[in-house]
Amino acid sequence: MKNRTMVERTSERELVVTRTFNGPPRLVFEAWTKPELFRQWWVPKSMGMSLLSCEMDVRTGGSYRLKFAYGDSQMAFFGTYKEVTPHSRLVWTNDESEQGAVTTVTFEEKDGKTLLVVHELYPSKEALEAEHGMEEAMAETFGQLDELLVSLGVSAQRS
Amino acid sequence: MVQYTSGRLDASFAALSDATRRGILEQLGRADLSITDLAQTFHVTLTGIRKHVGVLEQAGLVTTEKVGRVRTCRLGPRRLDEEAAWIERYRQLWQSRFDEMDEVVEGLKRKEKVDGRT
Repeated sequence: MKNRTMVERTSERELVVTRTFNGPPRLVFEAWTKPELFRQWWVPKSMGMSLLSCEMDVRTGGSYRLKFAYGDSQMAFFGTYKEVTPHSRLVWTNDESEQGAVTTVTFEEKDGKTLLVVHELYPSKEALEAEHGMEEAMAETFGQLDELLVSLGVSAQRS
Repeated sequence: MVQYTSGRLDASFAALSDATRRGILEQLGRADLSITDLAQTFHVTLTGIRKHVGVLEQAGLVTTEKVGRVRTCRLGPRRLDEEAAWIERYRQLWQSRFDEMDEVVEGLKRKEKVDGRT
């Protein structure tokens, strides 16, 4: 049984993701900070992208750069680590666009497990919504469920 | 500000995963009905229907109101709003990542055992 991944929008500019891992923080931290491990999970197959390269200089003030292929196009994500506290806290910037968030990841030990919290703070409400392709998502992901609801007559309830 | 959690959508999907419950929504889309009406329509016991309606109610898809001895069911105010939809997409991305990360962490745990570092 997989542990649950929870997401909450805690303010107009913030998203918080929470998940428990069945291992101690030192191992979970390793999975985030060693490039050869990080690249094994950061780009799940369902994203339809592949990771071409992954350079990470994980120390305060160090930088990272990830190159992706998406169909025929390529894109890079990069930024700087603002804080690296082994086994407990990572903070980095997302500098590829002006709308990029500051990401803070905390690792907290609980009975040999790790409570992981990913916190993203965007420069503005608009940045958060643009960055997540809110409009496409509206149309796309729940299209099927919407169709089902329409067929059930629930559409009349939509405002 | 309203806060959205994955729980809301999970509840909707769970509610919609059952044919009887989808049928109940369909019926309530046409008219408000009592628990007894629904039990008769679906040939299910009153207890069974109450359970189904309870699940739909928790998901916000149905509301009920008891007047005298009759509990009337109608479609709820709930709609799958857009913000919940894109937050769910974002959640799914992290979920896929983390499910793969489980494997990485398991690998590290096994390695620690072999190396005797624990």
